[in-house]
Amino acid sequence: MQKHTLSALLVGLIFGIGLILGGMANPAKVLGFLDLFGNWDPSLAFVMGGAIGVGLLAFRIAGGRPTSLLGEPMRLPTRKDVDKRLVIGPLVFGAGWGLAGFCPGPGLVALGTGSLKATIFVGAMLSGMAIFELIERSRQKA
Amino acid sequence: MTIDWNAFTPWASLAGGALIGLAAALLLLLNGRIAGISGIVGGLLAPSRGDIAWRAAFIIGMVAAPVVWLLFTALPAAQIDASHPALIIAGLLVGVGTRYGSGCTSGHGVCGLSRLSLRSFTATLSFMAAGFVTVFVIRHLAGGA
Repeated sequence: MQKHTLSALLVGLIFGIGLILGGMANPAKVLGFLDLFGNWDPSLAFVMGGAIGVGLLAFRIAGGRPTSLLGEPMRLPTRKDVDKRLVIGPLVFGAGWGLAGFCPGPGLVALGTGSLKATIFVGAMLSGMAIFELIERSRQKA
Repeated sequence: MTIDWNAFTPWASLAGGALIGLAAALLLLLNGRIAGISGIVGGLLAPSRGDIAWRAAFIIGMVAAPVVWLLFTALPAAQIDASHPALIIAGLLVGVGTRYGSGCTSGHGVCGLSRLSLRSFTATLSFMAAGFVTVFVIRHLAGGA
């Protein structure tokens, strides 16, 4: 196994453990956070706060590096324009998130618990991503 | 609005968040990549040479997380109230929406905000707003799903 494949495996594991510890892998808790006008559970704001606190530092350190510590090119997004896709896409995503309490990462983690409901969600999510790919490709050909 | 103090887990959530931030930091510093889950998964649906193994490995790591957790202690309770049809609709919306909008809670919400990206700030505001409105409509207007 190449080094950057092994590191991705370990990072995926740490990410998943963080989601479980933070309560993100429990859709009922996620919906408790999104229920701003009901009996609100602010926990997930702390997940975001903790993650961004560490993230701010990491991106500051990595900002000027030409390559990663394993010698990979730094592939950071370069686009700066804010277009309608950045509003419409997240609105569609947020509606799905609010409907079931799953976003992509926690869906994958819940899949690992063997939950049928999580399997159904992830199957539908992959189908949605595949539908997007097909539409994008047919657009590019047109 | 009232606060659900019984459900509130500030320390566990802060620690979980810090681990997520650490994961994002490691993927950036070691692999030079943004830890955006929808992007990592979506990239497997349009695969290019040399770009498959790390994505698959990352996803395997995430799916294995609850299994590794169980080696040490019991998993915290998780409850999925949504019906099967609701899960299918939710999955389709999440799949299409995250790819069309170039990211999800991790890529835009964690990494994007950490990079102080205006694009990610716009996206995060949008999916947060849609999430709040959707739950409001289901729980307080439609009377529960």
